[in-house]
Order: sequence, then C-alpha cells, then structure tokens
Amino acid sequence: MLELARSRAATHLASVGEFAVFAGNAARQSLVPPFELQETVRQLYELGLRSAPLIAASGLAVGVVLSMHTRASLERFGAESMIPAGLAMALVRETGPLTAGLLLSGRIGAGIGAELGAMRVTEQIDALEASAVDAFRYLVVTRVVACVIAVPILTTIMNFAGILGGFIAERAATGMSLGLYFERAFSLINATDYVPATMKTMVFGFLIATVSSFLGFNTTSGTEGVGRASTRAVVLSSISIIVANVVLVRLIFFLFPEAAG
Amino acid sequence: MTMTVERHTASAAGGEERECAVRLDHVTKSFGSRRVLDDISLDVAEGRGFVILGRSGTGKSVALRHIVGLVRPDSGRVFVRGDEISALSGEPLARVRRQIGFLFQSAALFDSISVGENVAFPMRRHTPWPEAEIRDRVMAKLQSVGLDQDYEKMPGDLSGGMRKRAGLARAMALDPALLLVDEPSAGLDPITCEEIDELLLGLKQQQGTTLVVVTHNIPSARKLGDELVMLHEGRIAAQGPVQVLEQSDDPLVRAFMASSHSG
Ligand SMILES: Nc1ncnc2c1ncn2[C@@H]1O[C@H](COP(=O)(O)OP(=O)(O)OP(=O)(O)O)[C@@H](O)[C@H]1O
Ligand SMILES: [Mg+2]
Repeated sequence: MLELARSRAATHLASVGEFAVFAGNAARQSLVPPFELQETVRQLYELGLRSAPLIAASGLAVGVVLSMHTRASLERFGAESMIPAGLAMALVRETGPLTAGLLLSGRIGAGIGAELGAMRVTEQIDALEASAVDAFRYLVVTRVVACVIAVPILTTIMNFAGILGGFIAERAATGMSLGLYFERAFSLINATDYVPATMKTMVFGFLIATVSSFLGFNTTSGTEGVGRASTRAVVLSSISIIVANVVLVRLIFFLFPEAAG
Repeated sequence: MTMTVERHTASAAGGEERECAVRLDHVTKSFGSRRVLDDISLDVAEGRGFVILGRSGTGKSVALRHIVGLVRPDSGRVFVRGDEISALSGEPLARVRRQIGFLFQSAALFDSISVGENVAFPMRRHTPWPEAEIRDRVMAKLQSVGLDQDYEKMPGDLSGGMRKRAGLARAMALDPALLLVDEPSAGLDPITCEEIDELLLGLKQQQGTTLVVVTHNIPSARKLGDELVMLHEGRIAAQGPVQVLEQSDDPLVRAFMASSHSG
C-alpha cells in the first residue's frame, strides 16, 4: 500500500520534472529563430480572435453582476457615486485577469489538449517529424507564443466589456449618462492598476498553452486518451493559473507597492 | 518453434560496389518487457526493392520507424545513406529525413488541411518552388495515385484506400531517394493494388528510388522485392530473393510465400 503510494508519487514527480523541461524548452525556443510565423499567426486567429466573442459576452455579464454587488455594498455608505470607479478597479486589478484566465483555460486548454492529443494518436505528429519538421516548434512553440500574446489582449477586452456591462446596470438603475459613467469609472485607475495585472496574464497564457500542449503531446491509448488529455488540460491549467495568481499578486504588491493602495 | 536463420546480405551478394541505402546493425528494441526486434541486422542496397514480410505484430512497422528515426534502438545502430540516423537530432536529422519518403500504415494525413495541401506540405516546407509549380507537381503526384479529382477533399472524407494513396502521394512529394512504405496495398482493390505496384516499380526502375516495402501481399512482394526478409518473433526467419524464401526449410516461410492472399 505504502509502496504503491510511493511509486504513484514518484511517477507524478517525474511528470512534473518532464513538464518543467517541456515548458523550459518552449520558453527558450519561442525566443530563438527560426520562427514559424505563418503558423503562429494562424494560432493567434484560432486561439485568440475566436475566443473574443466568449470573452466579450462573459465580460458584459460579469460587469452587470459586479455592478449590482458594488451598488448593494456602497449604498450602505451613501457612496453610490463611487460605483463606477470601484467596479472598474475590481475588474482591472483582479476580476478581469482571473476570469479571463479561467475561461480561456477552458476554451483554449480543451482545444489544444484535444487537437494535439488527436494528432498524437493518429500519428500526425510522427508524420510531421518524418517530413523533417520540428513538431515541437511547429505545434507547441507557435501555440505558446500565440497564447502569451493573445491572453493579455483578451483580458483587456474582458475589462472593457465588464465596464460596459457595469454601465448598462448603472443606466438601468439611475439613468446615468455614458459620459459621466466613463469619467467616473476611469477617475481612479492609473497605469499601476492596469499594467502589472495585465502583464501577469502573459504568464496565464504561457501556463495554459504549455500545460495543455504537454498533455496533448504525451497522449497515449487512443480516443479515450484524447478525451482524458483534453479534460486534464482544462483542470490542470485552471489550477496552475489559480496557484500562479497567488504568487504573482504577491510579487506585484512587492514590486509596485502603490498597486496595493 | 525453431527458426532457421538464413543470411544473404546485399553486400555479400553483390560485392561492395552497391552502396547501402539503409543498414540496420544489430538493432534491438523492446517496449516494456516485450522484445520486438531482437538483434536485427540487414542491408538495403541503393536502388533496389526490399520487402519486409511477417505476421501481424512481429515488428515490421517498428523496423520501418527505426529507419526514419521515429524510434531509436535500445542497442545497435541504424544508417541511412551513410549517416547514422539513430544518433542524429536537430538539423542533421532533418537533413537525412528530407531524402526519405514515408508512408505510414495509418496514412497519417494531416486532417486539418485538404488532400492537395497534404501533398504540397513537404514542398512548401523544403523547397523554394513558386505556387504554380507546387500546384503542378501536386497534381502530377495525385494523378499518379489516381486522386487527381480529389485535391480539395478533406482527409476525413476519403475512403481507407484513398487515404492510403494520398499518403503515398505525400511520401513521394519531394521525389525522395529512399521511399519507405508500410502496407501500400492494404484496403485497395486488386486493380488499384496492381497500379500502385506498377507505380512503385516505375520509381525504382526509372528514377533509381530505393524501396523498402512492408506488405502482406505476396504478389506485390514478388514484383517489388529484389530481396525479401521475413521477420518472426523479433528475429529474421529468412532472407534473400523470392526463390530462396520459396525453398526455405522453414514451413512457416514456405507457407507464407505460397499464400496468394492479397490485401
Ligand atoms: N510505441 C509503442 N509502444 C509500445 N508498444 C509498441 C509500440 N509500437 C509498437 N509496439 C508493439 O510492437 C509490436 C510490433 O508492432 P508493429 O506495429 O511493428 O507490428 P507489425 O509487424 O507492423 O504488425 P502489422 O502487420 O499488424 O502492422 C506490437 O506488439 C506492438 O504492440
Ligand atoms: Mg505494421
């Protein structure tokens, strides 16, 4: 029993080690040529642009709900005029990045896990290699680069959609004008609220792409394996984002003390 | 079961004048506890047809994958046209692979792009040919396997035999000096099968392409094989030209050669 647990633990530890090497290679190769530009652009479209509707729609909904909560709490202090600013601050600093990260682990993680997994079990990855193409560079590095670029942009879209959602709720409640709403929303936000929080989503993008590519790339045992790779890609990239977020927020507070204010 | 091991290597038969296109040198490979290839040595002479026979699961595909460097031996070495492919990686490995065409047993077409684009893929990657030339060459390759009407089709919409032929067209895309084909005639009707044999024979005779063919189809093996090898339980059960295998003392080998099973 103990023996079994120990060997289980050893296998997991070995996979973590393999993943570290995999992610390290992806990071290194994304910085040195040759770059697979055409394929990277295709992935930016597939993973990035095609996620925009999901992100925008979710952002709107989150904005509406967040605005209702903010109203409920600020009304008690008679500080309704602070609603737009409070909402924007919450979105830009934390809610936008984390929600976008989790939504994208779902959409992008499942997509990459299933696609690369299917390519593995149908020997398409071997076929790339046999055609003298570096499959890791062609399939993994392109997706990692695309995610690192796309996730911060999608997060920004989420923030804007959220603020707009907040406006809709505010308008319905008080009939506030768009001009006044936006003036108030952006009255308190400055670069240290936006830049570090959005930069951290580059790490989210990196984690989503490397975790799910790793699982897809190492898929075994047929169709069942593909399903498992896809599910695990979503679960593990979500968890890794949530854990990384703790560390990153701590780091941001350390580097930009004003971001904590 | 006891096996008679007959060895007639290409170099022994034809002297040293024919260079080896492929050489397996004491290759052993296990998956888990199962030893799939057990100390296999063989030479494939440049410009010849070499056929690998054997029952299902004896390691024919694994042997073929060693030649293109997709599988590395646990011990022993694999050479392709003088380069030790089993020891290469990165760009030197890619350079050797560009001389090899490989048809997977499963065809392994890229299923997100059309049949034509599958054939164009190696050309786009490895040649500076302009678009018009690539288009012409792809059409010619598709025509040679009887798929000239199917350029725009997606691999998922093809029949098994069509996938196989599309895979063959892709393997031939760069006119490789060495063509490795894993069961080219599986899933084909007898007429198409014969056409594919003629195509492969033509490549060998007119362009001097070296062929390594895994097949269960004895008529094809006779037609394409200057030299045949039969694998059994990880070892070479018999090797030599058709006549040698036909007269083998091993009943299994004789039975194999006598079968007229095609497909
Ligand atoms: N990647 C792998 N991992 C584990 N086992 C493998 C792997 N590849 C092949 N094998 C095993 O090696 C043995 C030989 O497989 P191979 O595909 O070479 O057979 P084959 O001779 O081509 O058979 P067939 O005529 O049915 O295609 C099989 O038992 C197979 O299960
Ligand atoms: Mg096989």
